[in-house]
Amino acid sequence: MRQGAMKNQRKAFLRDLLFLGVVALITAVLLLMFPEKKDPVFSASENFLVEMLLIMPAVMVLMGLFSVFVPDELIVRYLGGDSGVKSMLLAIFIGAFPTGPLYVAFPIAASLLKKGARVASVIAFLSAWACIKIPQELVELQFLGAGFMLARLTLTVVFVLAMGLLIERIVGRELRDVPGIPNPGKPEVSSGQKESKR
Amino acid sequence: MNTTALFINVLALVCLLIGFWKDEARARRALVVAAKSFVRILPTMLAIILIIGLMSGFVPEKTISEIVGEEAGLVGILTVAFLGAILHIPSLIAFPLAASLLEKGASVTSVAVFITTLTMIGFVTLPLEMRILGNKLALLRNALSFIVAIIIGLIMGVIL
Repeated sequence: MRQGAMKNQRKAFLRDLLFLGVVALITAVLLLMFPEKKDPVFSASENFLVEMLLIMPAVMVLMGLFSVFVPDELIVRYLGGDSGVKSMLLAIFIGAFPTGPLYVAFPIAASLLKKGARVASVIAFLSAWACIKIPQELVELQFLGAGFMLARLTLTVVFVLAMGLLIERIVGRELRDVPGIPNPGKPEVSSGQKESKR
Repeated sequence: MNTTALFINVLALVCLLIGFWKDEARARRALVVAAKSFVRILPTMLAIILIIGLMSGFVPEKTISEIVGEEAGLVGILTVAFLGAILHIPSLIAFPLAASLLEKGASVTSVAVFITTLTMIGFVTLPLEMRILGNKLALLRNALSFIVAIIIGLIMGVIL
């Protein structure tokens, strides 16, 4: 199971390298054809490269710390079976800490539902996991500025809450019979094994 | 180094020190995870940086603002929303791309819509989500997220 995941990761990495190779090749060909474009292309690339190198290592350290210090059980313990609007805000707050791609959150969401957490909270948790990551907000702040970041963050929180309540209206307050993990051999919530994939 | 970059680095350093103070072994593991994720994201990051460069050099600002600018209208917004939903770019890397588009004449609305659908909707992971959370919940979440993303973008276009 774990080896399979590592193999997949390696494959994805090779695919990314190939993508970089293709882009580099296209850049080289285009610049050979239009040498006068060299300056604008490189100066734009250089600006962004410097900006990213200034913040990326720090962002990665933050994400690494979150993934190691905030185990999945902690999330389930805090959110399972809770209700009320306060729990939805808590769900957003808790969803904003851990890292890793969204599909890591699906099994956690499934076990939350099985434990009787309200649907609106689980939707809020999933959405927060998807788009209110703290390291992500920091990168947004760096590149798009405080106004953009704060406006989008506020609107996202408001609409995520509304969406959770709307979905709850449609499917009901509780949904204990979700399918859950497709692979029954795997423990329901795996901790410590999670590695940040981004 | 600007203030934001400085703030992020100081924050990371403080968190790291607290981590080491609380549990050294775990903090070390966090650093390993960080190094791995950095290597993992590096090829995509470099590729996007080259693409940003190419875009600045070869695509005239007029073309960009025609496709994703103010005058692109609803069709433009729907296009970026859809692109964000199907593309699988790490969101961290989408921000510099979004910033360069914004610089080149894209509208606030389309950039906000793009980032929001990119992060909230996973077309690639939808089958997995349906299997784990059930078809109804997964489809509802993704469909509503699409609509919400467009509303968020439109409001941002008005207030910013």
